[in-house]
Amino acid sequence: MQAFKADTSGFALDTAGLQRLFEVLAEDGYRVVGPTRRDDAIVYDEIGGITALPAGWTDRQEPGRYALERREDNAFFGYAVGPHSWKKFLFPPSETLWSAHRGDDGVMTVAVPERTADKFAFIGVRACELHAMAVQDRVFGEGPYVDTAYAARRSNAFIVAVNCAEAGGTCFCVSMETGPRATQGFDLALTELIGGDEHLFLIEAGSEAGRRILERVPHGTATTEQAEAARAVSERTASQMGRSLDTRGIKELLQDNPEHPRWDDVAARCLTCANCTMVCPTCFCSTVEDHSDLTGQNAERVRKWDSCFTMDYSYIHGGSVRTAASSRYRQWMTHKLANWIDQFGTSGCVGCGRCITWCPVGIDLTEEVAAIRAALDEGRSR
Amino acid sequence: MAHRPKLAVWKFASCDGCQLSLLDCEDELLAVAGAVEIANFPEASSAFMEGPYDLSLVEGSITTPHDAERILAVRAQSKFLVTIGACATAGGIQALRNFADVKDFIAAVYASPQFIDTLATSTAISAHVPVDYELHGCPINKAQLVEVISAYLAGRKPAVAAHSVCIECKQRGNVCVMVQGTPCLGPVTHAGCGAICPAYRRGCYGCYGPMETPNMPALTREWRELGADGRDIQRALRSFNAWAEPFRQESEAHDD
Repeated sequence: MQAFKADTSGFALDTAGLQRLFEVLAEDGYRVVGPTRRDDAIVYDEIGGITALPAGWTDRQEPGRYALERREDNAFFGYAVGPHSWKKFLFPPSETLWSAHRGDDGVMTVAVPERTADKFAFIGVRACELHAMAVQDRVFGEGPYVDTAYAARRSNAFIVAVNCAEAGGTCFCVSMETGPRATQGFDLALTELIGGDEHLFLIEAGSEAGRRILERVPHGTATTEQAEAARAVSERTASQMGRSLDTRGIKELLQDNPEHPRWDDVAARCLTCANCTMVCPTCFCSTVEDHSDLTGQNAERVRKWDSCFTMDYSYIHGGSVRTAASSRYRQWMTHKLANWIDQFGTSGCVGCGRCITWCPVGIDLTEEVAAIRAALDEGRSR
Repeated sequence: MAHRPKLAVWKFASCDGCQLSLLDCEDELLAVAGAVEIANFPEASSAFMEGPYDLSLVEGSITTPHDAERILAVRAQSKFLVTIGACATAGGIQALRNFADVKDFIAAVYASPQFIDTLATSTAISAHVPVDYELHGCPINKAQLVEVISAYLAGRKPAVAAHSVCIECKQRGNVCVMVQGTPCLGPVTHAGCGAICPAYRRGCYGCYGPMETPNMPALTREWRELGADGRDIQRALRSFNAWAEPFRQESEAHDD
């Protein structure tokens, strides 16, 4: 076996090698999931090989706007992030938790559906998304109540990260210290190098599983120039962030200002439609629906994605606690950027920008935070 | 067999589409017939049983003096009254008359207008009698209808969400058409259809009426950003749920 150094300048893979990587993962029983072009967007779906990748496409993102554009090159991963996140595989939008059946003898039996040990290989996971998975790992996988289905899917997953070569218009991972370079939480990480006749991927292993898979994929050793070029890709991307978020004292900034007039200002624009929470790769709230059938002999409990923007979410005896849109937006943003730190020891935001892009009216949380900060700074300087 | 609740289905001004969704429950129809005694359902059977009824499903809106009387009698005979569909919950497409003078329509449409006895407005059932539960949609979703009947039988709250279509749309994995430039009513529309139109790359038509807390001005501002004018907005809001209060108010704000 070849000696392996984790901090090696790495190995290089050509496009045939990348195709082979897909095949090796499929041979090992993984459902290979990666980026592909559908409905004028780059979504995550099961893909068979490199021909399904969005070669030559990039995304143009602004608050409330998303469009695909042709690139000048044929890069496979030349976009930022799309409407989907890996959350939909690890924490499915709808999942039956258990079902119950009452037999003719009146005896009740409860069954937990067979948890298919879904074994996903995720291709093209960005640094911010690795951090998002780590955030959800804390939520679902730690503490006294582990979500065993999530934990199983998560530990089975094989992760091929891609270092971003293109920052989106709503990206701010540099501010959140979550990217653009993948530093942890992956099995393999790629940096795409494209130019002239060359189309290569610098590849590094981040785990023993990654090393074993890489051994079965034909690859070469990266030249110093290639390694240097790969580093330059991440540096360039870091300098292109579409947005920034000043996180200094953000916990106190938000927690100490629950009555700030900006909450009413944003409420006038907010649709309370919940899109931001659906696309957020860390938002983890769910509701359970109990169904019984017409015969009264069968029942099931289904868990579904929920959102702090619904009225039902804060419904307690007597009514909803957060009826005003201002209180719901405040709840979401204050939890995401401040209370999360108390609860999980980390920010709930990874700077992917999805909540900004996929808000139908383009509400930009970096702008909301900046407005609250600016108003307070102004107050102090007076 | 134990006492089966008596079910009655009533029709007011409507197209019959919602009550037909009960007949359309092919897989569940026998179970429905087993769980309840179908006492009055003219679309399905000419057999008719006298009231009172345990559960009444009411389709359609009130558009005539005769129906305004009839709904009182239905209510009086019904222990639990559920309105089904946009007509019964919001007045339906026929509530477009409410924005104009119904006499003009009568004169334009009927050769012998003297035979027409109609009200100036088309209104929801809840404008006339207390309603125990409203199931939205044009037409209603048959799975939700089965859910409402099942919940009634079990004495529980139906699992019918009142939030936006967007949540269903995202759960389905759709790509947001509005962010891609197509005006969509999804963010202000009540869930229930499963986000059918956006799944086929169309904006939501608002068939399920307003969601629980619709922010109409915020949505229509964005529609204008996307190139819609007042007429587009007004026409979008004035369809099956035109007389639902948030849609009505907002449509009247775009008379330009």
